[in-house]
Amino acid sequence: MATMELQSNVGSRLAVSVNGEPRTTEARTLAELVDETGLAGARIATAVNGEFVPERARAALHLAEGDRIEIVSPRQGG
Amino acid sequence: MNAVDIMPGKAPLTLYGSAVGSRLLLGTAQYPSPQVLADAVRVSRTEIVTVSVRRESAGARSGERFWTLIRDLGVRVLPNTAGCRTPKEAITTARMARELFGTDWVKLEVIANDDTLQPDLFGLVEAARVLADDGFKVFPYTTEDLGAAERLVGAGCEVLMPWGSPIGTGRGLNNRYALRSLRSYFPGVPLIIDAGIGAPSHASEAMEMGYDAVLINTAVAKAGEPVRMAKAFAAAIEAGRTAFEAGLMEMRDMAEPSTPVAGTPFFDLGAKP
Repeated sequence: MATMELQSNVGSRLAVSVNGEPRTTEARTLAELVDETGLAGARIATAVNGEFVPERARAALHLAEGDRIEIVSPRQGG
Repeated sequence: MNAVDIMPGKAPLTLYGSAVGSRLLLGTAQYPSPQVLADAVRVSRTEIVTVSVRRESAGARSGERFWTLIRDLGVRVLPNTAGCRTPKEAITTARMARELFGTDWVKLEVIANDDTLQPDLFGLVEAARVLADDGFKVFPYTTEDLGAAERLVGAGCEVLMPWGSPIGTGRGLNNRYALRSLRSYFPGVPLIIDAGIGAPSHASEAMEMGYDAVLINTAVAKAGEPVRMAKAFAAAIEAGRTAFEAGLMEMRDMAEPSTPVAGTPFFDLGAKP
């Protein structure tokens, strides 16, 4: 079932949101999406649909239509 | 012995097993420039600064520059979950911060109200339990509420961070009676005043009361000269702590002469109108 969905998506684009902004992407995994946004190798952390996704799990995390992705980095705080 | 009668002694401050040399924790937000922030951190001699995580954009790469600045200061970081309004948001933010900063310390904030930035105590306890079970060392931003404090300790918090007054108000210690009660009730739990400190005298008062440390951000960052203000806070916190350890005199309702009465010239003549 999952495989069929994946195949049907090949070549199409997914509509997701990245940091609250709508985006269509050819990326199929979170790691690919990070590459696509130009943040590969940057000091970032990620979450998908409100759940933390560790760096080592990004390549195995398959994106789905409507996923909400957060990409954060260190910032000033009180 | 009643718990209320035991007060913390002169032991050095220890937070989750780590000895800390300075009782001033400094926030890193709102400084006029990165250089002023760096200078304020150095002059304050703080060993712990608070940091945050925010959305990153490919063009800006703001995170990398900030991280380099903080790393070069050689201080320990305490990431916060500022702005989170639910336990789930706070838990996910804490987990992202742990990976980003490489620390299991987290200043846990779950905010109930955007105007007062009051902690959501129910959500706070819930998130604290999940994070403590997940191996985090939780520093909860809480109120002076004693019942909530007990729940937080029960959830696994070994440090509490009650507010002095709402974040950014600079109003000092808003509820002295409750803060004193909290201090007396938890003699063995490190208590750090977080939020609302506006002046060095406020910080000194918290230290005189027996609080273990104070977290300052806006009062330094928004001062006319942040670096000098950082120095002033460091001195006030040091003075307040030394005063607490030395033991303050009891307050009296009526005057009592400090100069000996015996031998006062003309004493036998009595007062004349």
